[in-house]
Amino acid sequence: MSEFAIEFKDVVKSFAKQDGGQQIILDRVSFTIPKGKTTVIAGGSGQGKSVTLKLILGLMAVDSGQIFVDGISVVGARGRELEQLRTQFGVLFQGAALFDSLTVFENVALPLRERTRKSEQEIHDQVAVILSQLELTGHEEKFPAQLSGGMRKRVGLARALQLNPQIMLFDEPTTGLDPVMTQDIYALFVKIQQEVGYTAVIVSHDIPRVFDLADQIVVLNNGKTAVFESVKALQESRLPHIVEFVEKTMGNPCQSRVGG
Amino acid sequence: MLRNPVEKLGDAGLYVLQDMGRMGLYLLLAFKGVFRRPFRMAEFMRQMHFIGVGSMMVIFCTAASTGMVLGLQGYYSLHKFGAEGMLGSAVSLTLIMELGPVLTAIMVAGRAGSAMCAELGIMRISEQIDALECMAIDPFRYLISPKFLAALVSVPLLTALFDVVGIAGGYLAGVHLMGVNPGSYLEGMRSSVTNHDIRLGVIKSFVFALLVVWICTGRGYFVYQIRGAGFGAQSVSRVTTQAVVYSSIAVLIFDYLLTAVLL
Repeated sequence: MSEFAIEFKDVVKSFAKQDGGQQIILDRVSFTIPKGKTTVIAGGSGQGKSVTLKLILGLMAVDSGQIFVDGISVVGARGRELEQLRTQFGVLFQGAALFDSLTVFENVALPLRERTRKSEQEIHDQVAVILSQLELTGHEEKFPAQLSGGMRKRVGLARALQLNPQIMLFDEPTTGLDPVMTQDIYALFVKIQQEVGYTAVIVSHDIPRVFDLADQIVVLNNGKTAVFESVKALQESRLPHIVEFVEKTMGNPCQSRVGG
Repeated sequence: MLRNPVEKLGDAGLYVLQDMGRMGLYLLLAFKGVFRRPFRMAEFMRQMHFIGVGSMMVIFCTAASTGMVLGLQGYYSLHKFGAEGMLGSAVSLTLIMELGPVLTAIMVAGRAGSAMCAELGIMRISEQIDALECMAIDPFRYLISPKFLAALVSVPLLTALFDVVGIAGGYLAGVHLMGVNPGSYLEGMRSSVTNHDIRLGVIKSFVFALLVVWICTGRGYFVYQIRGAGFGAQSVSRVTTQAVVYSSIAVLIFDYLLTAVLL
């Protein structure tokens, strides 16, 4: 057992460019994500936010460095070992990643049917409870194409929570949602986290609103990271690229809803 | 940045090797997935219905038309030598050893292979396959292996259907339209087709089924890693076309190789 939920040590990740060169996304990045807290990973487009999540999940391989989940290395883990690591996670994807051909009920029941030995009655009861909590009762037989963006996110969240994850990863959870729906989703995150107590990692460019949820902020910029304990610490940073980031994304700190 | 031809050639060679390695590993994992529990019987049956039952009409039409054309062309050629009595033998051997397995595989590639490729490609770009992996659900066991198994069972059965309908089509054209003696058509078929010929057709149909399902599902599964495919919906359409073309060419190449080795 580690004191950190997730630990990055000197992680390098690059992609091949079309001209044959390499684009470095993460350049010897090191940071830790504490247990039971909410960490927001922020940064501009193409700075490697979603890549960071995929590296944590072992969906992509690092070029070099180490990533630990609760003290166990993700790098080099394969097969059953990787599956075992992934059982600790719940993931809410940017587009919710619901299975088009399955109903809401079947989507939410999928991890229970595939990963547990519960009876159909138990699965039915458990799914009914989570759908009720997320205000999705009555939509069980609908297909994802029949749902609004916000409902799809909630179904994705319901599915991700089915196996009681210790770590929840949210990839751009409010993309495509209106401000009211965004606030509802954030409120739901806070409520569920208080109930379940998972470690939350939120990747978002919904700045500054997403900072309301943050216990820690990791800013990705040009392959480097900077970690801040609070929004105030972020705004007070004198690092040139952070000053630029704050100006671009939050404007004048005095006008910021979060920092003000 | 300008790159010299040697560098480009080396880059292309490396990509081909990577692709071969990726597809080889994919094949191994697909077979491994067949033996992982719990086996998805419902999905296997759904795929059997989609690949097998769903392709029956197109196979029936293709086989009837091919058999009738073979009957007419065969009669025309054999008539020149006064050997119309050999029509049953010519039609049945051609269908059982060559055209049955080849045309069935190409038809399945066009109808079911393209759909499987597009389905997996869309699942990949919409992160549904990533979602499966994140839930610690093996995408091979869940998605790919039932397709492999269903293709390996249904394509040989479809080939048998093709052979029977084709031979009947040849009979219709040769006997009823061109006036070949029905007894000589059937006797020619009975006396010339051996177990070895049927075995060759069956082996071919298994190999072609594997090629079609392997290439078509593999292209969709690796949609992002295929050079020049692009991104989003465009990438799915491109790899789907690629899957049908590649699997059809592979079927034709392996048809020659198997014939050369096994005949």
